[in-house]
Amino acid sequence: MSLDIKSVNIKPKRETFGHVARRIGEGKMASRYEEAVLDVQATANFHYRPLANPEFELYDVKKTAIVMEDWYKFMDPRQYHYSSYVIARAKQQEVAEQNFVFVEKRNMLETMPEEVKDLILNYVLPLRHYEWGANMNNLHLCAEGYGAAITSAFMFHAEDRLGIAQYLTRIGLLLSENDAVILSNAKQMWMDNGAWQPLRKAMEDTFVLKDWFELHIAQNVVLDAFIHPLYFNILEQELNSKGGSAQAMMTEFITSWNEECARWIDMTVKVASSESEENKELLNTWCKKYIDIAYLAVMPLAQKVLDNPEESMDEIKDALVTRLNKNGLNL
Amino acid sequence: MSKVFLALQAVEETRAIIEAIKEDNEHAVVEQQPAMTRVTAEGKLVVNAQTVSRYVGRDWDPQEIQLVLISLAGNVDEDYDHFTLYWEN
Repeated sequence: MSLDIKSVNIKPKRETFGHVARRIGEGKMASRYEEAVLDVQATANFHYRPLANPEFELYDVKKTAIVMEDWYKFMDPRQYHYSSYVIARAKQQEVAEQNFVFVEKRNMLETMPEEVKDLILNYVLPLRHYEWGANMNNLHLCAEGYGAAITSAFMFHAEDRLGIAQYLTRIGLLLSENDAVILSNAKQMWMDNGAWQPLRKAMEDTFVLKDWFELHIAQNVVLDAFIHPLYFNILEQELNSKGGSAQAMMTEFITSWNEECARWIDMTVKVASSESEENKELLNTWCKKYIDIAYLAVMPLAQKVLDNPEESMDEIKDALVTRLNKNGLNL
Repeated sequence: MSKVFLALQAVEETRAIIEAIKEDNEHAVVEQQPAMTRVTAEGKLVVNAQTVSRYVGRDWDPQEIQLVLISLAGNVDEDYDHFTLYWEN
């Protein structure tokens, strides 16, 4: 007996959801990212204004002074939706795990000079509180922002910051051989040490910002652009020559994460500034304001940890200004 | 000239590859079949890593094409930046 297997080609009636098809064009296949993000934001029928903030609707475009004709112009160049984000981070987590294993196996921390260890415990570890603040800020952005394209990216960004805080904690615990007292010491530094106070003030000032896009500029665009290059590029290169190369291995995730997120952050600035002259003016004012704040807030820390603080800080600032100008601003 | 062809599984990863092929190979014909997408082209078909990377939003390695590849016809020239099918006659 012979079997004849026939195949029937059933053509799907539509390639994607109606609201996605209206944006990308009828009959085109949508990517998972487009289906996950496009027009997911609730736009109508809110009924009641929130008691906490009755000035605005529950989701309101007026919560920022930035005006966009279409909030879905902020499409993430990394195309992060749940699965692509989780897969990308899981891969990075594996690499980071390998690096920690390597450092432990080769006893790299035993050969690390005491003064390098002290510097990391006193002047790097307290950054976990900064990262936690950044986590809160991005959660706030996700809650207050408008348009699923940008709010979902804020949510992922918030989770990343928690991850970074955890990596920093882990480094501290490795250095202290799991003595948790170093965490309270680091918190003490963050709360009382003079060098940390300007940054703590700058951070806490961002907690009360009303305009969410301004908060995005302050936290993700400007403050991070000072803190991360200082700690995870310049400082680590200096530590390498002082016998602290293990630190660079353990923070590899943060460095590569930074490069990746820069693509998304640059896009947000570019899209908002190219929308209108008013947006551009606003972004210019905000960036100028926060670059000055960040410069002064981070300088005392740079003076504690770097060999040439002034020179390095100017370098960081110039790099940020060039980057922002490339994305449509004129600073 | 003979035709080269590439049959890929009809999954999410394929979508970006097909978009890239359409962009870089004007002469390529894309055909949707049950559970697979078949691309035929006269003489030569190039999949550029750079174009696919743009569609997937991350660095894409031409070796990843193996994960969705069902069948192909043509000589293969593969490098870190492209996956090319061609006939030399």
